[in-house]
Amino acid sequence: QKVTVEVLDHLEHLALVDFRDAEGVERLQKAIQFADQLRDVNTDGVEPMDSVLEDRCLYLRDDDVTEGNCTNELLKNAREKVEEYFVAPPGNIPLPKLEERETILQSS
Amino acid sequence: AALKRRVRFQVSAALKEGHVTPTELCQRCLSLIKSTKFLNAYITVAEETALKQAEESEKRYRRGHPLGVLDGIPIAVKDNFNTAGIETTCASNMLKGYISPYNATAVQKLLDQGAVLLGKTNLDEFAMGSGSTDGVFGPVRNPWSYSRQYKEKFVPKSHSQDEKSNWVITGGSSGGSAAAVSSFTCFAALGSDTGGSTRNPAAHCGVVGLKPTYGLISRHGLIPLVNSMDVPGILTRCVDDAAVVLGSLAGHDPKDSTTIQDDFKPFELPNVADVSKLSIGIPKVTFKSCQQLWTGTAADLFKNAGAKVIEVSLPHTCYSIVCYHVLCTAEVASNMARFDGLEYGHRSDMNKSTESMYAATRREGFNDVVRGRILSGNYFLLKQNYENYFIKAQKVRRLIANDFVKVFRSGVDILLTPTTLCDAVPYMEFIKEDNRTRSAQDDILTQAANMAGLPAINVPTALSERGLPIGLQFIGRSFQEKQLLTVAKWFEKQVKFPMIQLEEVKRHDHDAFQHQKSASFS
Repeated sequence: QKVTVEVLDHLEHLALVDFRDAEGVERLQKAIQFADQLRDVNTDGVEPMDSVLEDRCLYLRDDDVTEGNCTNELLKNAREKVEEYFVAPPGNIPLPKLEERETILQSS
Repeated sequence: AALKRRVRFQVSAALKEGHVTPTELCQRCLSLIKSTKFLNAYITVAEETALKQAEESEKRYRRGHPLGVLDGIPIAVKDNFNTAGIETTCASNMLKGYISPYNATAVQKLLDQGAVLLGKTNLDEFAMGSGSTDGVFGPVRNPWSYSRQYKEKFVPKSHSQDEKSNWVITGGSSGGSAAAVSSFTCFAALGSDTGGSTRNPAAHCGVVGLKPTYGLISRHGLIPLVNSMDVPGILTRCVDDAAVVLGSLAGHDPKDSTTIQDDFKPFELPNVADVSKLSIGIPKVTFKSCQQLWTGTAADLFKNAGAKVIEVSLPHTCYSIVCYHVLCTAEVASNMARFDGLEYGHRSDMNKSTESMYAATRREGFNDVVRGRILSGNYFLLKQNYENYFIKAQKVRRLIANDFVKVFRSGVDILLTPTTLCDAVPYMEFIKEDNRTRSAQDDILTQAANMAGLPAINVPTALSERGLPIGLQFIGRSFQEKQLLTVAKWFEKQVKFPMIQLEEVKRHDHDAFQHQKSASFS
């Protein structure tokens, strides 16, 4: 079954990455088809595995500050900054809706 | 014979005895990098810093206090490891111009041992791919394309084809590192391995490629692809060298909570090994591999030495590619979310809103492959799909890992498989299929080891009918690198893989060594 335009639009919002062209959409369709092969495997009673190290304890370290004070270093790689802040465009504006966005999905 | 062709171990001896100085060695490697530029193995060559490091090393040798066996040894690092003060791009527009503020732990450890960092090597963008063809700096060329061995066997399919346009790929995604080691421009290189990215190019370039057990070497500073499978990989020209580099890298890192806390004891490999007490398992495969013949030959070698060789079954390994496809894209979707243009990397001029800036930045910064995986990953992670795809894949992962546990528990010590299905294909042929198809085909023999977190190594075995390298893969038990490498070294000695005959290197050595006394190192 084909992925609906609503889902594609939703994915573009979540990923903040666009499909770019029909090939991008086709790529997703193929990826889903490929992944569907998992259905053939019987996993009854099998627990999901997060990590191969699951039998070991995750450990904590002491809550001591051992490094830091590298503000200048970290700011060096940012394009837009003011004093010690990274500068972002206004944040409370949602991504334009499908109809208003430049996206291949409009033609679907 | 040429100094550079010697394995690192022997070069260390040469450095210690003063037959060659670190700066001479460094200069020769830098010069060779320049004359092999057409391979496109390096993205950044850190000439100034390398020479400085070499000078420091030289001072230490003069004082008689080298830091260790790696002091003064030129190395290269895949461009997805952070290197302080040196651009780290991951072969992507997203990180062009990004100068790392710190060294990845693996890099720091090598530098602490006095290794000389020559530069950053080329890869597939963000390590996604199996050809080292999909990065923004262009594809890497396999040095064997220019070898006498390949040229001798080359039969053009049409009169318009010539050797020059028929160069073959390195495999990937650590192709730059593999090519760098293979063409003698460095003695060891760091790669990364998530689905076979160190072993695959090692096989195609005729070098040793080690994927350590997950949790043995710190991933701190290695730009992540799949956090639960990534490991730093080691590429060298012989198994002994890999053991030495492993010795410098392995061990707990407080900055990487996925490194185990057990003490790691660096080891030296025995020159003579008794394989008669070993049980070698060869997994049943359902697909055809050009390397099948060599697995058989290898099996005979072991049998003749008294080892037990049996066929084993890993019934769920055939699903590892599909499983990987889902888990990888899901983790990628998460890991790539950090690239938004705000703190580092490329930033779009679009500034209407945060979201539109992020979207435009990511549109401009990522290539098709990366974007495709992010979108697929997000699809599998949607609420309506989470159980059927992501959780399902995690369950299949356990089945795959359990297959290995069962086999090792039944008394098998080491598994033996080909590393790749066939020898390196010409670039023009490789690009006819898309990245996902290629990765699915090329990772088929290597991916399962990442799924289960097991150590695995490619050992160059023989040349194919086309005069190109073929490698065999050994897979060992978790954290049993010593046994794995002991077997690999034994095998390496049996097969005596031929040295690459490269004109560039020959010419180079001749000029450099005209006035050099020839010393014999054995």
